[in-house]
Amino acid sequence: MICEGVVHKFGRDVDTDVIIPARYLNTSDPQELASHCMEDIDPEFVRRVRPGDIVVADENFGCGSSREHAPVSIMAAGVSCVVAVSFARIFYRNALNVGLPIVVCRAAAREVQAGDRLRVDIEAGVVENLSQGTRHQAEPFPPFMRELIERGGLLPYVKARLAAEGKA
Amino acid sequence: MASTIVEKILAAAAGEAAVRPGQIMEAPLDLALANDITAPLAIEEFEKAGFECVFDPAKVVLVPDHFMPNKDVKSAGQAKRIREFARKHAIVNYFEVGRMGIEHALLPELGLVAPGDIVVGADSHTCTYGALAAFSTGVGSTDFAAAMAWGHVWLRVPESIKFVYHGLPGRYVTGKDLILDTIGRIGVDGALYMAMEFTGEAVEAMSMAGRFTMCNMAIEAGGKAGIVGFDQQTRAYLESRPADSRARRRAARVFASDSDAAYARVLEIDAAAVKPTVAKPHLPANTEPAERLAGITIDQVVIGSCTNGRLEDLRQAAEILRGRSVHPGVRAIILPGTQRVCLDAAADGTMQALIEAGCAFSTPTCGPCLGGHMGVLAAGERCVSTTNRNFVGRMGDVTSEVYLASPYVAAASAIAGHIATPEMVGTAGGAAAGKGAAR
Repeated sequence: MICEGVVHKFGRDVDTDVIIPARYLNTSDPQELASHCMEDIDPEFVRRVRPGDIVVADENFGCGSSREHAPVSIMAAGVSCVVAVSFARIFYRNALNVGLPIVVCRAAAREVQAGDRLRVDIEAGVVENLSQGTRHQAEPFPPFMRELIERGGLLPYVKARLAAEGKA
Repeated sequence: MASTIVEKILAAAAGEAAVRPGQIMEAPLDLALANDITAPLAIEEFEKAGFECVFDPAKVVLVPDHFMPNKDVKSAGQAKRIREFARKHAIVNYFEVGRMGIEHALLPELGLVAPGDIVVGADSHTCTYGALAAFSTGVGSTDFAAAMAWGHVWLRVPESIKFVYHGLPGRYVTGKDLILDTIGRIGVDGALYMAMEFTGEAVEAMSMAGRFTMCNMAIEAGGKAGIVGFDQQTRAYLESRPADSRARRRAARVFASDSDAAYARVLEIDAAAVKPTVAKPHLPANTEPAERLAGITIDQVVIGSCTNGRLEDLRQAAEILRGRSVHPGVRAIILPGTQRVCLDAAADGTMQALIEAGCAFSTPTCGPCLGGHMGVLAAGERCVSTTNRNFVGRMGDVTSEVYLASPYVAAASAIAGHIATPEMVGTAGGAAAGKGAAR
């Protein structure tokens, strides 16, 4: 899978309350959530973002609440992937589970400027900065997580497991 | 092979002699939990994937507590969805308004969690139950949906950081102050992906309420879990749970860290030197002693929540507020953790003291902690809160500010109208009214 788009850059410790404020959590409709994505950190984000665009952040992206509405809103806003120096643990699991591609790549995340154009090869873990002409290798996913991704996510994986055990 | 308590709990669950940090493993679940924010999304995924039944109707817990009692039509719809799902699947531990509490206060109180348990909850503060020497961690909705179907969870065995709190904390210094001080030292990602093991004289002497508060906030340092070893206090707490509860019926699986276990880091902290501590906007790690913040005027105080909504917390607030008045410029809101806490606070005079002082006494709800209802902040307003997060816009308007503190500091601030310590405002009966070292 190749993601290509314009960078929207954020700093460190971007928490899930600013990604999708709790006042909008009385729904789980992706489009409605998308219309408030990043509202409390960058109110113009949803008007600026174009399909395929890439969110880049520093350390600890997605810290705080376990709300899966955060990666759902980012995806539904049209963002193709998130590149960060590091991700908070629950956000990392949630992104994998909902199918939002995420990439841990310190060098790329530190170097990019807002507005740069990135091309990210998710399987190969390669982040190319087309504006700056650079190329970086991301941290690979551990084998188990690759297996989850290849099986189409956690629920298909569990379904197959239960079927194999004769429980579903 | 030397192991930490967390490694031992996980190894036992995986049926292995030992597990090592970094290893990916599967564990059978003793409990899987969700609330009215996270469950609807999980139910949708569960049904979309075509699962027909939950792994064990007694081990799935649904607690509508965030926007409860229903704050608006949409929230009512989400609550209805959970209620119908609970009926359909005969979920034993579904808690309706009037019987529910804030999930992380409610589950331990009812004896639903036992030492050695593996618990996942679709709520980041699920790490609270580490205070019962259980392994307990927060996940998202899809993980919870998978847990409901599978009865298992995949985990990466975390490294542990050992925190050793030497000495005893001073008067008015609580578990909340120790954990805020600790997060201030290591930062909001200082324990990312790791277990935080709390040890030392101060923790051994600490009440269960204080331990729940400390474990509750492990996530605010990025932690996967917080944990306190099993001891006489844990035993006494478990023995006072309802007779037919899991905590009483289940043979305790008690594990302890080996003295030569390997830690990612060991932090020695002088608990006696920790002062009543406040986390300023907009990160829980942005800490400073409360006494240095007296110039900051406030509009609201919130006392309670999953972090500090147990009886002991409300008693501490009442100790300061009894016979006094909430400052005319301040709204003070009390969020008791559970219905039991309400009853106990009514029985021992705590509720009366707080109401007479001018506090609003709420029914249990997460409400304002996450900017839901029951005390949302307007533009530019400031709140001292015993909750766990002070992110931008957390409690309301994006320009509002939250200062995290203990019930003592919150109560003193309610009287003063600005951030204050109990010493600054005294008590109605004089400083001698309090008794013993408080924690």
